[in-house]
Amino acid sequence: MDLLYQMTPLALGVATPIIICSLGGLFSERSGVVNIALEGIMLVGAFAGATTNVFLQGSMGNAAPWISIIIGGIIGLLFSLIHAFASIHLKADQTISGTALNMLSTGLTVYLCQILFQAQRSPNFTASFSRVNVPLLCNIPIIGKLFFTNVYPTFYLGLALVVLTWFVVFKTKFGLHLRSCGEYPQASASMGIDVIKMRYIGVLISGFLGGLAGAIMVLSMEIQFTVFAIHGVGFIAMACLIFGKWKPFGCLGAGLFFGFSQVLSLFSSQIPIIGGFPSEFFYAIPYLLTIIALILFARKSVGPKASGEIYDSGKR
Amino acid sequence: MTKHKDSLKISLIAILCGILLGVVILLLSQENPIALFNTLLKGITGIDLMGGTGLNLRYFGEFLLTSMPIILTGLSVGFAYRTGLFNIGAEGQLMVGAMAAIFVAIMVPLPPVIHAIACVIVGTLAGALWGFVPGFLKSRFNIHEVVICIMMNYIGMYFSNWVLRGLPGSTDSKTVIIDSGASLSSDLLSSLTNHSRLNWGILLVILAVFVYWFIIEKTSFGYSLRATGFNRDGAQYAGMKVNRNIIASMMIAGALAGLAGSIVALGTFNMGRVLTAFENYGFDGIAVALTGACNAIGIVLAGLLFGLLKVIQPLLQASGVPKEIGEIISSSIVLFVAMQYGIQIIMGWLAKRRLEKKQPAVIDANQNGGES
Repeated sequence: MDLLYQMTPLALGVATPIIICSLGGLFSERSGVVNIALEGIMLVGAFAGATTNVFLQGSMGNAAPWISIIIGGIIGLLFSLIHAFASIHLKADQTISGTALNMLSTGLTVYLCQILFQAQRSPNFTASFSRVNVPLLCNIPIIGKLFFTNVYPTFYLGLALVVLTWFVVFKTKFGLHLRSCGEYPQASASMGIDVIKMRYIGVLISGFLGGLAGAIMVLSMEIQFTVFAIHGVGFIAMACLIFGKWKPFGCLGAGLFFGFSQVLSLFSSQIPIIGGFPSEFFYAIPYLLTIIALILFARKSVGPKASGEIYDSGKR
Repeated sequence: MTKHKDSLKISLIAILCGILLGVVILLLSQENPIALFNTLLKGITGIDLMGGTGLNLRYFGEFLLTSMPIILTGLSVGFAYRTGLFNIGAEGQLMVGAMAAIFVAIMVPLPPVIHAIACVIVGTLAGALWGFVPGFLKSRFNIHEVVICIMMNYIGMYFSNWVLRGLPGSTDSKTVIIDSGASLSSDLLSSLTNHSRLNWGILLVILAVFVYWFIIEKTSFGYSLRATGFNRDGAQYAGMKVNRNIIASMMIAGALAGLAGSIVALGTFNMGRVLTAFENYGFDGIAVALTGACNAIGIVLAGLLFGLLKVIQPLLQASGVPKEIGEIISSSIVLFVAMQYGIQIIMGWLAKRRLEKKQPAVIDANQNGGES
């Protein structure tokens, strides 16, 4: 049990950016655009967040990270605008334009680091997110120690975003329109929905959430920005979206699960049964499970049907 | 024929736009763009117009060496693309290929030369196996190959690291140096290029380019692969074995990437390396294949271009320009290729304007004729 108390807060910290980023993927794919650029968007968001934090931390102290993650989100949104423009207006292959953005993100962020800081990384943070105990709630037996002790406040932001996403996508007219564009855009267009606009909104929201997730990740897990700040979490988020069946609470569950599997590698030596497994095994779990999940889902249509398809208004 | 011409035009425009963007970014950040062009020349020949060093073939050798694996991953991505598949998994296939080649090099004692050949073959087959998984899942369950490939990349990296760390004598970051009998290193090629690391792998690359061209353009198998890429249902209807084609295409793509990995491991480094992150050979391959319009010669030329943009990075840094400008240029070239619809629109618009300027009367007459 003690082990679980140690592991859970860490796992929640790891899971937060995965969950938020996969919500971003959800908006984009539900509108019909595959966003393989999430990894790159997270990296750009992490860079923007880290840079803002470095400039603000002196004057604003502990408020700086909160402003920085918003800036990270906005820059992520602007970066995703390229993907939206290429794949919606210019009918680019969504996978290719996403890959191009991923490649661009590493070059661009480190280049800007070299210009701004004359190094391939940002200076160290003096202010960043720190773990908190939630007053009152942390006194609840068991649950208090698991979920309300020693946790990054950003985890609760993630939870709130899950609920908000669920509400927006499944309970509002906007969400219905968005989802219809990812299922059968020609039918949506016939009902007077502006498919192009909805897809832009979908991609831009995913850019904002991806950038936010990247900034949160760098400001809670790292002491500075480097090109390795994201190391594949954007792709785990994609896996998380699939494993969570393109649903917000599915993303939450899958994200927590993936978070635990990553943390497990640190603790495996202390747990008797799994102690013999190499740490690489735990890192590979999310990817292995996603392949298995895809095989299991294969016969049912789970994902948005038109996701990845170029919108052609004349198609029937 | 016009299609080839068009894609050549688009590639050239994308390359120009990419370099132009690089220059603009350099100017905006108050760096000297002339250094970029100087290092481009130095990267190929060693001639430095600013520093005064003369011709040095070692630079040329290293330039070829850098281009070799990304030409192969370019072929890998291109081969799958001709069958309508997007092989974003070359990265993982390459890593697994490198790992398997090193495994044979260290664990299986064989006489020289035969040893090296065995390593290359096993490495290539390992890549093919890694390509089989997405191909099989695509054909059997119709799961999108991109997602599986991404997952297989990471599984490949962690699996390779685990195997490599477990080999006798390995540290946490690398294996022991392999026997010279298993190595692709070549004293001849190295001394020809003033002690660069250029190795026999280059013959394998040339062979692979030829095989690629031959299969795609000259065999009925290649024809049915291309037909599958153009229209899966149509190919099925015409009696082609679409599912078999998808698996075969992904396996050949994987084999090409596995070969690239073998060459990197056995030729460039002569040991296995435990990597914590991707080295982007696979993603460079995507850039190469798309810019080279997925045909053999195009891929070779694009591979040399992107190899050059890679090899100049330390030179750029040495001349005071942030080396990432090379990455920015190559990735923006891919972005411009992806946006080719936009390039086509602008090209069409320019052509129309040129025509209008030349003979406005004719156009008017034509338009009037069309309307009536």
